[in-house]
Amino acid sequence: MTSPPPERRNEAVLPVEALGITLRRNGRRLLDDVSVLFDGHDFCALMGPNGAGKSLFLRVLANLVTPDEGTVRWNDRLPDRRRAPKLGFAFQKPVTLRRSVRANIRYALAACRIRGAEGRQRTEAALALAGLADLARSPARVLSGGEQQRLAIARALAVEPELLLLDEPTANLDPASTAAIESLLRGAAYGGTKIVLVTHDIGQARRLAETVVFMHAGRITETTAADTFFDAPTSSAAEAFLAGRLVL
Amino acid sequence: MPRRSIAAGLMAAALLLGSLVAPAFAAEAFIVVQSTTSTQNSGLFDNLLPRFTKKTGIQVRVVAVGTGQALKNARNGDGDVLLVHAKPAELKFVEAGYGVKRFDLMYNDFVIVGPPKDPAKVGGMKDPIAALKKIAAAKAAFASRGDDSGTHKKERALWKQASVDPTKASGKWYRETGSGMGATLNAAVGMGAYTMTDRATWIAFKNKADFKILVEGDTKLFNQYGVILVNPNRHKHVKVKEGQAFVDWLLSPEGQAAIAAYKVKGQQLFFPNAKK
Amino acid sequence: MQDFGAAFGEAFRLILTLDAGLLEIVVLSLKISLSAVALAGLIGLPLGAVLAVVRFPGRAVVVTLLNALMGLPPVVVGLIVYLMLSRAGPLGVFGLLYTPAAMIIAQTVLVVPIVAAIARQVIEDMRTEYDEQLRVLGIGPLGMVRTLLWDARASLLTALLAGFGRAIAEVGAVIIVGGNIDHVTRVMTTAIALETSKGDLALALGLGFVLLVIAVGVNALAMGLRRAAARGAYA
Ligand SMILES: Nc1ncnc2c1ncn2[C@@H]1O[C@H](COP(=O)(O)OP(=O)(O)O)[C@@H](O)[C@H]1O
Ligand SMILES: [Mg+2]
Repeated sequence: MTSPPPERRNEAVLPVEALGITLRRNGRRLLDDVSVLFDGHDFCALMGPNGAGKSLFLRVLANLVTPDEGTVRWNDRLPDRRRAPKLGFAFQKPVTLRRSVRANIRYALAACRIRGAEGRQRTEAALALAGLADLARSPARVLSGGEQQRLAIARALAVEPELLLLDEPTANLDPASTAAIESLLRGAAYGGTKIVLVTHDIGQARRLAETVVFMHAGRITETTAADTFFDAPTSSAAEAFLAGRLVL
Repeated sequence: MPRRSIAAGLMAAALLLGSLVAPAFAAEAFIVVQSTTSTQNSGLFDNLLPRFTKKTGIQVRVVAVGTGQALKNARNGDGDVLLVHAKPAELKFVEAGYGVKRFDLMYNDFVIVGPPKDPAKVGGMKDPIAALKKIAAAKAAFASRGDDSGTHKKERALWKQASVDPTKASGKWYRETGSGMGATLNAAVGMGAYTMTDRATWIAFKNKADFKILVEGDTKLFNQYGVILVNPNRHKHVKVKEGQAFVDWLLSPEGQAAIAAYKVKGQQLFFPNAKK
Repeated sequence: MQDFGAAFGEAFRLILTLDAGLLEIVVLSLKISLSAVALAGLIGLPLGAVLAVVRFPGRAVVVTLLNALMGLPPVVVGLIVYLMLSRAGPLGVFGLLYTPAAMIIAQTVLVVPIVAAIARQVIEDMRTEYDEQLRVLGIGPLGMVRTLLWDARASLLTALLAGFGRAIAEVGAVIIVGGNIDHVTRVMTTAIALETSKGDLALALGLGFVLLVIAVGVNALAMGLRRAAARGAYA
């Protein structure tokens, strides 16, 4: 905390660009010269076998992990979280604060200096959107897994991010909860939010994605329009993945 | 719970704190007297101090510790008046410039108490030296203060006169409690051990069980109390006027009469002997 | 030995008749210990939180020290505070020795390590969970400390109660720096020590009984808090 936080809040992040990202741990290259450009408004699925490096890469994009080599740029500038960038993140295991459902959303808005009447109005809108209005006063932690994930996504969406990163948000959820979240995401994408969704669920990717980015062993092997990807993947790893074979 | 109630709680705590700390700075007329447990535990102060306060409006705050500790505290300047019973140490205190002048105030006497079985057969003896010799010879349990208090100093002097070094048997029949008189009496009663105590504490002590006074009445058991005003030349903050008023009152006929008048169970505990 | 029946009889008589002397001592004890805990909270909670959130060289040493200080004998604390506040000591000019303020200081010194160490542990655990989420929201270290302090409030209140339990029950520190002066610095524990030394075990037990009731009350409160926290899944 050497310099005071910049005054400007809620700064634009798109386009998000990764250039030559390399991350090494214990002598292993977990991310190996990964470059990508996220722009536009297409719904993007980030796919790949376990251990491919998807979660790590998402964290690097969000500036939660600093790569050993390469740079991430948000809207052509080096990332600075203190500007409260218009970037949302939903983790596989949702992190809900030990407060009421409503307070969880208010917290995210306050972090972007959105308070007062506008804060209240946006809070209620987010609660309604996620179907959590009836639960607004309950402690967030007593909610079911699906409800907590809905809250986490609603909280991320409340500040109207340009880009929403999601790391397997429905991995542990039943079909009903998954459907609720998918509709939430569809709505957000329709509203203009760029979405990058890490998922293992091929069906889910088919239902939602317009573009697929495929990772394997720390590299991006292909970036393709969804229709093309599911019909004719170019990389052998992706082909094996789709065919349900073991990808090593 | 809402943030407001936490803030209110903190506010209340701050107010509480203020109300507690404020009196410490208030210019109230009080003095601190460093004294011994025997004067406090016997109830003498409870009887004397209200009379003095009523007359002068000066409050007396008594810190009752062992004589050694009282001397040390007074040397640090943490008191205005010193009231203890260890004449040689008191004289040294004054000589070193920590006290203005020492006055004889009153005396009481020590007694040796013990269990009714009396294993060393000292019951009814007058001479404490002979009694201690018998106790040592019988290796009968003896509880010592062991805390460098006035009583402890006196006890060691008596052992020396008896030509016995009981500390060689420390942990065997000679048991040093390292505690105040009351705690040592409790321990002695618990262990069935002899111990030496000032008569005042003994009479007021409520946990005697079947213990009795076995040795008493000899002038060697005489216990002289002195009073000293802490020297303002050493410690500027000493409340000379109030402290001197207390010393003067104790030495005055009125104070001396009050000391003589204090009785527990019909027995006079302290005998005023201030020089006119 | 006086028998237990007499001791308890005396205890109940004192409590039921709201004996003025007893009440004065109990009230002073509560005032002092509550003040000390409030101060210890103001110092210990942020200290624990900062230790949990901010990485700096020597942090491990501070944490180890804090854990060790938790077990500090009250007499040692009393002695150190005495040496500081004594007229011959560095803070002697304030004339705080043998006042309730001195006792508050001593108890604060005793309680801060407990509060800070527990706070650090609790908050560090919670930080691992919250860290990335808060960083994504653009929360800086200071905001993180504030958020964690609030979200850990249930456990932290329990830490404060633990500190209160230690403060109200200790005798070693307050008897040295307070001097056990009647009507000025006499609290429950020093009064118990005094009555025991007078051999007045009944009165000592009576006061001990009041102390026990307070301890039970504090623990019941802590348990209730834990229950309530569990109900809201705040723990
Ligand atoms: N902090 C870390 N230290 C060392 N190895 C890590 C760390 N985080 C992840 N890894 C390794 O990096 C690889 C990629 O992990 P991850 O990004 O979680 O994969 P996935 O594509 O399944 O999300 C895995 O082999 C994992 O074991
Ligand atoms: Mg993953």
